[in-house]
Amino acid sequence: MDFLRPASWEEALAAKAEHPSAVPIAGGTDVMVEINFDHRRPEYLLDLNRVADLYEWETGEDTVRLGASVPYTKIMENLRSELPGLALASHTVASPQIRNRGGVGGNLGTASPAGDAHPALLAAGAEVEAESVRGSRRIPIDDFYTGVKRNALAPDELIRAVHIKKADGPQQYSKVGTRNAMVIAVCAFGLALHPGTRTVRTGIGSAAPTPVRATVAEDFLNAALEEGGFWDNGKIITPSVAKEFAGLCAAACNPIDDVRGTASYRRHAVGVMARRTLTWTWESYRGARRTSEGAA
Amino acid sequence: MRVNLTVNGRPQEADDVWEGESLLYVLRERLGLPGSKNACEQGECGSCTVRLDGVPVCACLVAAGQAEGREVVTVEGLAEYARQRSSGDAGDTPDLAPIQQAFIDAGAVQCGFCTPGLLVAADEMLEHNPDPSDADIREALSGNLCRCTGYEKIMDAVRLAAARQQEAV
Ligand SMILES: Cc1cc2nc3c(=O)[nH]c(=O)nc-3n(C[C@H](O)[C@H](O)[C@H](O)COP(=O)(O)OP(=O)(O)OC[C@H]3O[C@@H](n4cnc5c(N)ncnc54)[C@H](O)[C@@H]3O)c2cc1C
Ligand code: FES
Ligand code: FES
Repeated sequence: MDFLRPASWEEALAAKAEHPSAVPIAGGTDVMVEINFDHRRPEYLLDLNRVADLYEWETGEDTVRLGASVPYTKIMENLRSELPGLALASHTVASPQIRNRGGVGGNLGTASPAGDAHPALLAAGAEVEAESVRGSRRIPIDDFYTGVKRNALAPDELIRAVHIKKADGPQQYSKVGTRNAMVIAVCAFGLALHPGTRTVRTGIGSAAPTPVRATVAEDFLNAALEEGGFWDNGKIITPSVAKEFAGLCAAACNPIDDVRGTASYRRHAVGVMARRTLTWTWESYRGARRTSEGAA
Repeated sequence: MRVNLTVNGRPQEADDVWEGESLLYVLRERLGLPGSKNACEQGECGSCTVRLDGVPVCACLVAAGQAEGREVVTVEGLAEYARQRSSGDAGDTPDLAPIQQAFIDAGAVQCGFCTPGLLVAADEMLEHNPDPSDADIREALSGNLCRCTGYEKIMDAVRLAAARQQEAV
């Protein structure tokens, strides 16, 4: 095994071009487990810890450009108002020690259906900035997950950053597990209201081979909200609408039975989380509307 | 490969390090510092918790080469680390950090395997949060498993250390 230690982003790209089989290591919270248990013996480890750019984030007008290695702890501490869904999801990851090291770049690299960043990224809307010596491209998050633990990166590419839409409305993240800390999701659900475009977006974790959006459910809800004038009148969402939305979210799942839960439990739980996160976010949207109207 | 790092304030050099080796292995097997424990090697138990440039991490998940040029504090250096924090550079190092004394006084140690990791994590929390609520303590220690104590005595110990720290200022 060789340990490559690029000191800059350019050096990292050059190293990856020269050794496409090299395994990048950022926080190491996935990679080191595999090495410790002899599940993986890469020829080259490509250490990204010295690439300072990857630990920075920039808040633009509409998006946050989040460096691939920014640890979850920093997201929770610094980006709660811009990226509330991702901050909530980050807080559910493992433990403080893991959150101090692991980040979204590694979560995307592993692309586990159970990764907690994915539902939040799908719901918020995001693009992965991938780069190689050949150039840079933006991969829409909807196209990034290509299979179980597979992603759209080319062998010579590295993730530089993720461009995530800044929240323009309330967001929620919900996760089912056997305890509060240190738990892989049995299943998870992210939801974001986008009052700017009058749309709702979702993300489902651990209930299909890849993280997915419940697009049919979104389309149904967007139409129902528009038709009922809900965005303007701020009324409570009709229970039958919420119920239909929850059912369509459950139907978007394609889960398996495993040690953490059965497929039917997962489907059921996703429906429950969909209804709850919709209620929570809609309540806070209505609250914000009332306050702004009261002030006007 | 060779790895140079600072451990508990002292420059250290480890030779013949395998590229896939963890920082935990280097500390325990190459540098003679077995305080940090190895119980799971997968980040689940926290018994290998050390400070890496001040940040609590699982040493079993840091590749040795990633620690090159960085500062590590292990339980062996905790007393000195805590002393420097409270009194600057002057004075002798007591044998135990306040958090260690509190664990003993509260009876928070049984087999002791989880203790080094808990001490490092708890000490770090008290550095940033001198007046933690029970929820704060549980959150800060949520990455550290103990199979013996049932955690109540550990909670007592951290509350005791926090109270003593506040009396001292
Ligand atoms: C005890 C424990 C509990 C966990 N609990 C959770 C949990 O609750 N939720 C959850 O989502 N995850 C969990 N994880 C998994 C892990 O912490 C996350 O997936 C984390 O986001 C990985 O980030 P990292 O920086 O540590 O990745 P690394 O281990 O460094 O890398 C992970 C993968 O991404 C690749 N990679 C890293 N950076 C880049 C880059 N810039 N470009 C291209 N590829 C890259 C690596 O080659 C590797 O394939 C847990 C892990 C442990 C050990
Ligand atoms: S040995 Fe590192 S967390 Fe268990
Ligand atoms: S005292 Fe034995 S594991 Fe905690």
